[in-house]
Amino acid sequence: MTVVRIPPTLREDAQGQRQVEAEGRTVRELLHDLTARFPALRDRVFEGDEVAPFVNVYVEGEDVRTRDGLETPVRDGATVILLPAMAGGATSEGQSLGHG
Amino acid sequence: MSSYRELLRRLRDEIDEVSVAKAAGTADQPLYLDVREQDEWVEGHIPGALHVPRGNLESRVEQLVPDHERPIVVYCAGGNRSVFAARTLEELGYERVASLSGGFTDWKRNGFPVQLPRSLDPERRARYSRHLLIPEVGEEGQLKLLDARVLLVGAGGLGSPASLYLAAAGVGRLGIVDEDVVDASNLQRQVLHTTESLGRSKVDSATATLQALNPDVEVVGYQERLTSENVDRILADGWDVIVDGADNFPTRYLVNDASVWHEIPVVHGSIFRFEGQVTVFDPRRAADGDGNGSGERTGPCYRCLFPTPPPPELAPSCAEGGVLGVLPGIIGSLQANEALKLVLGVGDPLVGRLLLFDALQPGFTEVAVRRDPACPVCGDEPTISEYIDYVEFCSRGAHAPMP
Repeated sequence: MTVVRIPPTLREDAQGQRQVEAEGRTVRELLHDLTARFPALRDRVFEGDEVAPFVNVYVEGEDVRTRDGLETPVRDGATVILLPAMAGGATSEGQSLGHG
Repeated sequence: MSSYRELLRRLRDEIDEVSVAKAAGTADQPLYLDVREQDEWVEGHIPGALHVPRGNLESRVEQLVPDHERPIVVYCAGGNRSVFAARTLEELGYERVASLSGGFTDWKRNGFPVQLPRSLDPERRARYSRHLLIPEVGEEGQLKLLDARVLLVGAGGLGSPASLYLAAAGVGRLGIVDEDVVDASNLQRQVLHTTESLGRSKVDSATATLQALNPDVEVVGYQERLTSENVDRILADGWDVIVDGADNFPTRYLVNDASVWHEIPVVHGSIFRFEGQVTVFDPRRAADGDGNGSGERTGPCYRCLFPTPPPPELAPSCAEGGVLGVLPGIIGSLQANEALKLVLGVGDPLVGRLLLFDALQPGFTEVAVRRDPACPVCGDEPTISEYIDYVEFCSRGAHAPMP
């Protein structure tokens, strides 16, 4: 069993949970298990068959892009973090003029 | 076994010694290497000299003086310690080493120029006394802070605590880029501004607050939004560190690209609801073997961490999603901490590490950030070398191809 941390911007798609447990020996299996239970997350986390480019996935503190991507192995008991960029507060048009 | 006297006499026969008159009269000035202790150095030294206390000589000198053929005159106070130091340098392979006979004492007695270190006046000694007590800061560190120039992008939630602590610490020049005016909804977290500042420009309000806190600080205000058109002009004013407290993705990517091209480290902070992120992007190039800055970049950039901005529906603002008022206080203070470390050159900066904070646990988590050799801006073969339309780049989401 692996703990997956859900970032605030994706929590709505995971029934408001901050972290959920998922099964899988690789990042691919883990994310498929996760998105099978929270289908709304699928469109956020995946783009086609790959992890969406604006979502970082960390396994034990390492970005899987710098490992084996979706094939990165996940040890039982590991912590996995999903992390999209946070601006500190852009408007939906991305044109906010203010700061923080 | 030989006594100190015998050892010194024997080394004197083997080491070149040069008188102060001869050294000072040489047309091709050698590198003066001062091997005295810190407390002696701060009392005055030969202008342009390099200071490496004898105890650190072996471990530091090769990094500071990579050229083994450069003429070096080693000196201490009286010309004894420098004989031993000269022997060490020869053993390290330095080929043109001499010891200054009579040392700095003789140099001063003969009226050759002496560089007196700057020191703090009593008023500043009192103001910064808690810094002066820390060995890693001390008078030398405080003078570095007073000479430092830090640019804050944004005088809002993150820029408020960051600029307050940097000003209190005595950072000599603070630049503030913000085009907004103070709004009632800012006051829940933007502690630079007060109820009286409502309607006033944030730059004016920030300047008044910071100068009231510490008159040593010069505040340079830019009441404008950072854009591709003005960023080079603002950065040309000369900044050692940028503290990025912007609230939108176009500015984040703009700050990143500009900082890579200008080689200025960026202390990055961002916040949302109960969670924050801090890291340092340091695009400066290390000195290579020739001593010029053309080596590897020190760290990754924002695009290595987040190559693609999220689509707008995944990038809600604090205005839309909210933020706990104290959260920018925590994250902005961590940014000030990193900026001070960069200026002082102490500790391990958050380069290559992203610190995540969750106010509800509460707790910190750290993840690795690695430089991407294929990064379009800081990578080995960059494909972006001039400013792009950042608003357009961030509004098309992830479904358009990268430029």
